[in-house]
Amino acid sequence: MINVENITKYYGDFRAVNDISFAIRDGEITGLLGPNGAGKTTTLRMLTCFLKQNEGVITVGGVKTDEDPLKVKKMIGYLPESAPIYPDMLVYDYLKYISDLRGIEKLNRIEEMGELCGITDVMHKSVHELSKGYKQRVGLAHAMIHDPEILILDEPTSGLDPNQIIEIRNLIKELGKRKTVILSTHILPEVEATCDRVIIINRGSIVADDRTENLQVSGDQKSVISLKLSGGDYSSLEESLKGLSGISGVERQDEDNITGVRITGDGTRDLRPEIYGIIKNSDWVIYEMQQEQESLENIFRELTVGGDYE
Amino acid sequence: MKKELRAYFFSPVAYFVIAVFLLATGAWFFKDFFYFKQAEMRNFFRTLPLLFTLVIPVITMRLFAEEKQSGSIEIVLTMPVRTIDIILGKFFAALIFVALMLVPTLVYLATVIYVGSPDAGPVIGGYLGALLLGGAIASIGIFASSLSKNPIVAVITAWGIGISLWIVDWLVIFLPSKLSFIQYIGTDYHFQNISKGLIDSRDIIYFLSVMILFMLITVKIIDERR
Repeated sequence: MINVENITKYYGDFRAVNDISFAIRDGEITGLLGPNGAGKTTTLRMLTCFLKQNEGVITVGGVKTDEDPLKVKKMIGYLPESAPIYPDMLVYDYLKYISDLRGIEKLNRIEEMGELCGITDVMHKSVHELSKGYKQRVGLAHAMIHDPEILILDEPTSGLDPNQIIEIRNLIKELGKRKTVILSTHILPEVEATCDRVIIINRGSIVADDRTENLQVSGDQKSVISLKLSGGDYSSLEESLKGLSGISGVERQDEDNITGVRITGDGTRDLRPEIYGIIKNSDWVIYEMQQEQESLENIFRELTVGGDYE
Repeated sequence: MKKELRAYFFSPVAYFVIAVFLLATGAWFFKDFFYFKQAEMRNFFRTLPLLFTLVIPVITMRLFAEEKQSGSIEIVLTMPVRTIDIILGKFFAALIFVALMLVPTLVYLATVIYVGSPDAGPVIGGYLGALLLGGAIASIGIFASSLSKNPIVAVITAWGIGISLWIVDWLVIFLPSKLSFIQYIGTDYHFQNISKGLIDSRDIIYFLSVMILFMLITVKIIDERR
């Protein structure tokens, strides 16, 4: 659907985006992940024809952005960072303005957007009266109003409270079923929660481009199991644990009166049955045994060391 | 065409702030009206160029500068609208505002007609010239607004250009006669011609050229900024 080939973008002397290439597939939700200043917004702005690249070619739905930007803009619904909507207008008027600009005749489209994005109650209010969450939803409404095949969202949950974040994420997932969605973020859980595939950008270059599940697995292959127990003798427990093969570390992490143990394994096999066996045969009372998933966070940190410009 | 009307459609809402300013301008107009007790609009039209040069840039200064400052320009420029349509939309909005500014003066016109019988020529010429002049200065103001995020920079730039063009008429006296053609760049010169009632194509072309020139430059600026 979208092809980005060898794109470079300079702001004066500063090279914000450095020879990147990637492809966005139809019907997928792709996350553009990276630290602040990595080049995510710049990349999205080039896709939406707000900025022109210095080198390279961007093709959207078969149309090159420098050949026919008007056609590209029709295919895309774009929500820029911090939803910069005219504050003096009423929500309804603003959506009417956008639908006029996009050549939409049907008036009930605005009502549909209202229901879809949950802004029906604020249609009569001025935009400057709205909370950040509502403004973001109005922004989503304007991006969706012409039912585009492609949705590009720049940090769609920035500044929202936890409830609003969940709502927007669910909305995005719903939309992602029928549309191609690209969202940019530096919030890892967001990517894990919503995206089918992730492109990690650091300092203007792509450092990873894969399906979300694949990236989660590809880490150090370590497995981490944490235990919470009480009542027994720690040193003999430690000895037995270390006696198991495939264990690379045992750490004590007490909390209040509960003994905590953090066991790092090399990932070759599931250690949990054996660990449980050890505890069963001792005086320990076990409160909790948990296996941690290798998270995107570790991979992200590994790949983007030193990436934050701020 | 429809799209440029839509781009303009938004403007009145933003101009609420300007409405207060318009009241002040209206008062300025009126204070002069009863001073010149002649059955003609001559004196009013004489002062119009300078008045427009000072006032119109204030109306236009926010047109682009504010959009750049708030970031809303990112939404506008990613809409399937051509840059020229966006500029034309703002231009017509400004022009309609100029026209609205002139509406109160029709009251004075009515008084003059009631009191005496003024020639129709100069009056029609005067208003036509006012619209053309207003359009020209508006296009300068829009150009200036596209240069910066700061409306103050925009208004000062527009003032600079506008006043230079206006002052040319006065400077001609100091220049050797060979350079007297510079007079043709002056806004005042052309406006006075039209307001005498003589609709000369040269004057009309002058104003239209200014408008087209500055709007094309603005398109360039907006596109190059990407």
